[in-house]
Amino acid sequence: MASRRRSTYPYWFVLPAAVVFVTLFLVPTVASFWFSMTRWDLFKAEFIGWDNYRQFFKEPFLIQGLVNTLIYAVLTSATKTVLGLLLAVLLTSGLWMQGFLRSVVFFPVLVSTIGVGITFAALMHPTKGVINLALGYLGIDGPAWLSDPALALYSVALIDIWKGVGLATLIYIAGLAAISPEYYEASRIDGATRWQQFWRVTVPLVRPATVTVVTLSLIGGLRSFDIIWATTKGGPGFASDVLASVIYKQYQAGFYGLATAGNVILFLLIAAIILPLTWWFNKREVDL
Amino acid sequence: MKTKREETKKMKTIRLSAALATAIAVCAGMAQAEVTLSVTIDGNQDTINMMDALTAAYTAANPDVTFEIENRPGGAEGDNLVKTRLATGEAGDILQYNSGSLFQALNPAEQLADLSDIQSNVIDSFKPVVTAPDGTVRGVPFGSAMGGGIYYNKKIYAELGLSVPKTWDEFMANNEKIKAAGKVAVAQTYGDTWSSQLFVLADFYNVQAAEPGFAADYTANKAKYATSPAAMAGFQHLEDVFKAGYLNEDFGVAKFDDGVRMVATGEAAHYPMLTFALGNIKQNFPDNVNDVGFFAQPGPDAAKNGLTVWMPSALYVPASSENQDAAKAFLAFVASVEGCNIMIEANGATGPFLIKDCALPADVPASVADMLPYFQSEGMTAPALEFLSPIKGPALEQITVEVGSGIRPAAEAAALYDQDVEKQAKQLGLPNW
Repeated sequence: MASRRRSTYPYWFVLPAAVVFVTLFLVPTVASFWFSMTRWDLFKAEFIGWDNYRQFFKEPFLIQGLVNTLIYAVLTSATKTVLGLLLAVLLTSGLWMQGFLRSVVFFPVLVSTIGVGITFAALMHPTKGVINLALGYLGIDGPAWLSDPALALYSVALIDIWKGVGLATLIYIAGLAAISPEYYEASRIDGATRWQQFWRVTVPLVRPATVTVVTLSLIGGLRSFDIIWATTKGGPGFASDVLASVIYKQYQAGFYGLATAGNVILFLLIAAIILPLTWWFNKREVDL
Repeated sequence: MKTKREETKKMKTIRLSAALATAIAVCAGMAQAEVTLSVTIDGNQDTINMMDALTAAYTAANPDVTFEIENRPGGAEGDNLVKTRLATGEAGDILQYNSGSLFQALNPAEQLADLSDIQSNVIDSFKPVVTAPDGTVRGVPFGSAMGGGIYYNKKIYAELGLSVPKTWDEFMANNEKIKAAGKVAVAQTYGDTWSSQLFVLADFYNVQAAEPGFAADYTANKAKYATSPAAMAGFQHLEDVFKAGYLNEDFGVAKFDDGVRMVATGEAAHYPMLTFALGNIKQNFPDNVNDVGFFAQPGPDAAKNGLTVWMPSALYVPASSENQDAAKAFLAFVASVEGCNIMIEANGATGPFLIKDCALPADVPASVADMLPYFQSEGMTAPALEFLSPIKGPALEQITVEVGSGIRPAAEAAALYDQDVEKQAKQLGLPNW
């Protein structure tokens, strides 16, 4: 379009935005590629080539962190998508006190993540936590949610899902509202059951919302850090470490170059997963 | 406490504007008479008590010097904060931080002011742990030396007729009896990950008793945890107490404060810890202070039973401070007999001080009385490894949580820690790595 007619505004109109973009986004991005190749103590940066990347992939906890990141991202994203859609369908079906119930589902999104983490750490305490005390009344011996290495990552994922499902629901409610009632009317006349309506009308037509929910929650899951740090700090040991917490620990230890290399890897990983995914989603949209 | 600090802040503003007005009125030169020094300390109760007492006494004698005290977190979080503030030139005028290997990781030659000229009262053994690679001394001792070992509940010991163990096997035999009596033998608090390192770090007296050259060889990249049976023992101990089922049920989430409570009130018989825990015992369980005893971490040989010692933290003056002379004058006061006596008064006797002619009172708590004999005879103490070598791997606390929770076997953990150590050595730019 720009080539067909002259731009309405003079070029220097972009200057303020360009200055902000270059100084706050472009320069740091390029600089981080440089610093990831140095041994850096915030004062002196000694160029060491690919050593940081070699070191990072040698980290014994890294492979586990990488696997954990993928498990965590896929698990939280998938659950939020499915649960979000179901809750949205439920909350648009004209329930009693629907508005109130919608805000109840959305409420955890508004609470500070660190606050949620600290609260759940107390709720999930193996001997004094409310969850295990309640299970105890039912005669069930509750597990050590956050300190059992086999369980810690999944417990944190559960908290993340509880906190994030409201946003997915909200997006789906908006998506459902955009579907014209005529489709449901037409399918009803054709004799479709509610089940068939859900699968043949709702799910295909709510696709734009699904794309948004999956993309947002997957990116959120891949770079997830705050909730993990507030509950387990990646522990016990390295059992619930994800890429972001491994990177943070390198930074804490003063390995600034190594931490930067980790961030570059995280950036590439997210790009490598999200780019093909969006491409695939967009392609399918054209097919429809 | 908070209101007091807020007041000081308000006072500072008033002072500053007053000073500014004076400066403008009478031109430059007058404003430097009054100075407010900003001090960053960790949040331990003992640290707070000592710093409050020292600054109050100093301001009483020098009314033109006031202080603004800020608490920082401990552990890795605190390391991060201190390093970042130093690097950005925002570390204030006085900084309290560890001596030894953590001090070396601060890049002291560039970041901290030279304090070589205020060392006349400092005992020589302290100076190496705050000496930069260029040979200049950069800190003064703050507080007393500590022991790393095992606190025990005297009531449980009396009840079960146990005696203080001199070897690891005796310690485990005691644990077995305590467990048989239906009590928690060893309290562990992996919710504060740093507290999981004790069995490894406090075993160093035994390591150097078996291999006197370990520290030097370790720094020179010749000795490794995984290949030295003596150094490996600490990791093995962690695994053994877990496997034997001696731990408290909530060991994975319990915090340092829980550990102190358990050993002070008799919920648990042992708690491996540094002796600074006494401050918390006094603060939270004043009635139980003399129910708690202390012994050095036992090794393989009863004849070679001694204590691993931690040097106290130090006070430093960041190179970026604009009030270096005033800060140094205060630090000289801290490193004097008078300053030492004020610290003893603030917390009671917690251990030997590193100031010449600074004597402890005769009346000390039971756990300190248990610790002092180690210092009084030759060869009964050894500094912890972090005071003999600049290298301490940053992931040790996660690795020891793994071993202590049965996630990773001791031998594998020791090898993993060796890799972590290598990373730190490279970051420090040491030769041979």
